[in-house]
Amino acid sequence: MKNLIGIITVALLLSSCGNSSNRGNSSSENVSLTAAGATFPLPFYNLAIKNYSKSAGTLLTYGGVGSGGGIRSLKDKVVDFGATDAYLNADQEAEMPAEIVHIPTCIGAVVIAYSLPGIEELKLSNENLTDIFMGKITNWNDSRIKESNPGVTLPNLAVTVVHRSDGSGTTYIFSDFMSKISADWENEVGRGKSLKWPVGLGAKGNPGVAGTIKQTNGAVGYIGSEFAFAQKIPVAQVENSAGKYVMPNLASISAAAKGEIPVDTKVMLTCSTDPDAYPISGFTWLILYKEQAYNKRSKAQAEETVKFLSWIIEKDAQALAQQVNYAPLPEKTVAQAMELLGSVVFDGQPLLK
Amino acid sequence: MFNSERIVKTLLFLASAVVILVTAGMVYSLTSGAIPVFKEFGLRFIISSEWNPTEGREVYGALPFIIGTLLTSLIAIILCFPLAFSTSLFIGEYYRGTRMASITGTMVDMLAGIPSIVYGLWGFYVLRPLIVALGWSAQGFSIFTAGVVLAIMIIPYATSITTEIIKMVSNDLKEAAYSLGATRREVIFNVIVPNARSGIFTSYILAFGRALGETMAVTMLIGNSNMIPKGIFDSGNTMASVIANQFGEADGLKLSALIAIALLLFVITGIINGIGKLIVKKYSV
Repeated sequence: MKNLIGIITVALLLSSCGNSSNRGNSSSENVSLTAAGATFPLPFYNLAIKNYSKSAGTLLTYGGVGSGGGIRSLKDKVVDFGATDAYLNADQEAEMPAEIVHIPTCIGAVVIAYSLPGIEELKLSNENLTDIFMGKITNWNDSRIKESNPGVTLPNLAVTVVHRSDGSGTTYIFSDFMSKISADWENEVGRGKSLKWPVGLGAKGNPGVAGTIKQTNGAVGYIGSEFAFAQKIPVAQVENSAGKYVMPNLASISAAAKGEIPVDTKVMLTCSTDPDAYPISGFTWLILYKEQAYNKRSKAQAEETVKFLSWIIEKDAQALAQQVNYAPLPEKTVAQAMELLGSVVFDGQPLLK
Repeated sequence: MFNSERIVKTLLFLASAVVILVTAGMVYSLTSGAIPVFKEFGLRFIISSEWNPTEGREVYGALPFIIGTLLTSLIAIILCFPLAFSTSLFIGEYYRGTRMASITGTMVDMLAGIPSIVYGLWGFYVLRPLIVALGWSAQGFSIFTAGVVLAIMIIPYATSITTEIIKMVSNDLKEAAYSLGATRREVIFNVIVPNARSGIFTSYILAFGRALGETMAVTMLIGNSNMIPKGIFDSGNTMASVIANQFGEADGLKLSALIAIALLLFVITGIINGIGKLIVKKYSV
C-alpha cells in the first residue's frame, strides 16, 4: 500500500514538474513554486507570499502542514522548499536524499499566558515555571510564586496547566527552554514536539490552548507569541539568563538573536545570554536543497526559489513580519542567511544574483 | 452481447467487489502500518499505560486511550438509554401517528444532523461551566463531560431504529393482549418489548459503535491528558481523539503507534458488533 501511494505521488510529482518546467522555459514570469511546513510562521508566510506574488508575478503556494510534514515533503521532493520550527538534527539530515540548507526567516517566541482575575502583572522565575509545569506548585497563593511577585496579592486558586495536545514546534521551543533551566525537567520530561506531560490538560493548537486558558480561572499555559500578541492575551514576564524579568515583545524577542550565531544558523535561541532577551525565543527556518537541479526542475524554477528566499529575509519582508507580530532578524543574521543562500547552486552554478 | 440482465449483474458484482477491496485494503494498510510498534513493544502496547512520545525515550502503551474510549462510550449509552427508550415508546406507541409524535420525531432526527463540532462548542461553553459550577470537576474537562455530550449525540441513532422496531410489532398480537384485558403498560412491557428486544438491542449496539469512534466533540471536552483517568470526573483521552490530535507531526514509531490504535479501534468496534449479532441471534423471536 505504502509503495503504491509512493508510486502515485512520484507519478504526480513528475508530471507536475514536467509541466512547470515547460512553462518555466517559455517565460520565467510564470514559474510556480510550492512549499509546505510549519504552521507557527503561517501568518507571516501568507502575508509575504501575497505581497511577493503581487509584485513578482510568481505563483507561490504554502501549505501549513506542520514542521514534520514540511520536512517529509522536502524529503519526498514534492515541494520547492519546506519550512520547520526545529532545525534538522544530524540524523534527520542524514536521512535526506541530498544536502540541505537552513534559511532563518524570522524570530518567534513562546509566551506564558495565564488567567487570574484582577492580576495584570505576573512574574515567573525559572523555578516557578519548573514547579508549575511539573505539578509541584498547585495553588496560586504558593509562597514560591509570592517570592517572585512582591506586593501582588495572589488568589487562593488551583493552578490548571494547559498544554498542546497536538505535536508542535511551539512545544519543542518551550520544552527546550524548560530543559535548559531545569535538570529535573530534562531528565523526567525532556524536549520534543509532543511530550509525556507530568500534569495538565491538552488542547489543540494555539486557539485551543488560548481558549481553554481564557475559560478557566487559574489556568496557565504556553502559546505562540504571534497568536498571543494578535489576541492581546495577558502574558507573564519570564526570568532570563541574566536574572532579569522580561516581558515578551518584538524588541526583547529580536534581542535573543544578538549573541553568537553559528554559520549554519542551526541554533535554539532559548536562554540567550543577551541581558534584554526574552528567553523562550526561536528562529523558524525555510529549508531547501543545496543542489537545486533535481527531479527535472528548470533553472527558472530554481532561480525563483532563491529569489523569493533572498527577498523574505530582506527589509521589506521583515517589516511585514513585524506587522503580524514576529520579531525581525538582526542584520548580522540576514547577512549570514544571504551567505547561505549564496551556497545554493544549480548544476554547480551559484543562483544568487 | 449487451444483455441487460448481464449488464446489471456485472455492475452489481463490480460495485460489491469495490466495497470489499476498500475494506480489505484498509485492514491491510492498518495492519502493515501497525507492525513496527507491535514488533517493538508486543502485547505491552495494549496493556501498558505509559505513553511517552519524546524522542529518544519513546514508549507507547495504548491502555489509557482504550479505557478512555470504553468509559466515555459506556457513560454515553447509560445516559442515553432512558431518554432514547422513552422517546421511542412515545413516538412509536403512545402517541403514534399524532402531530406531537411527528414533531418529536423530527426534532430527534435533527439532533443527528448537527455536526460534531457544534456539539463540542456547546459542551465547551455551556456544559463545561455547568459542571464546574456544580463542583464535580475543577476545570470541567472530564470523561463524564465527554460522555454526556456523546449521550446526546447518539440519542437519534438509538431512538429512530427502536421506534421503527416498536412500530413493526404486529397489531394482531397487541390486540390479542388488549382483548384479554391487558392495560397499555402491560402490553408495552409484556408484548412489545419482548417481541422487539433483539431489534432494540441492535439499535443500542449501533449507537455504542458510533460513540466509540466519535472524535471532534470528545477531543474538545475530555482534557486530552494521556493518562489513565482516576475517575469519571478526571481528564483523559480516547483512541479517536489521540489520533486526531497527534497524527500531524507524527512519523516513525509514533506514526506506527497511532496506526496501531486505529487498528485496535477497528477491532474493538468489530468485536462489539460481533457480540451484538450473537445476542440478536440468541434472543430473536
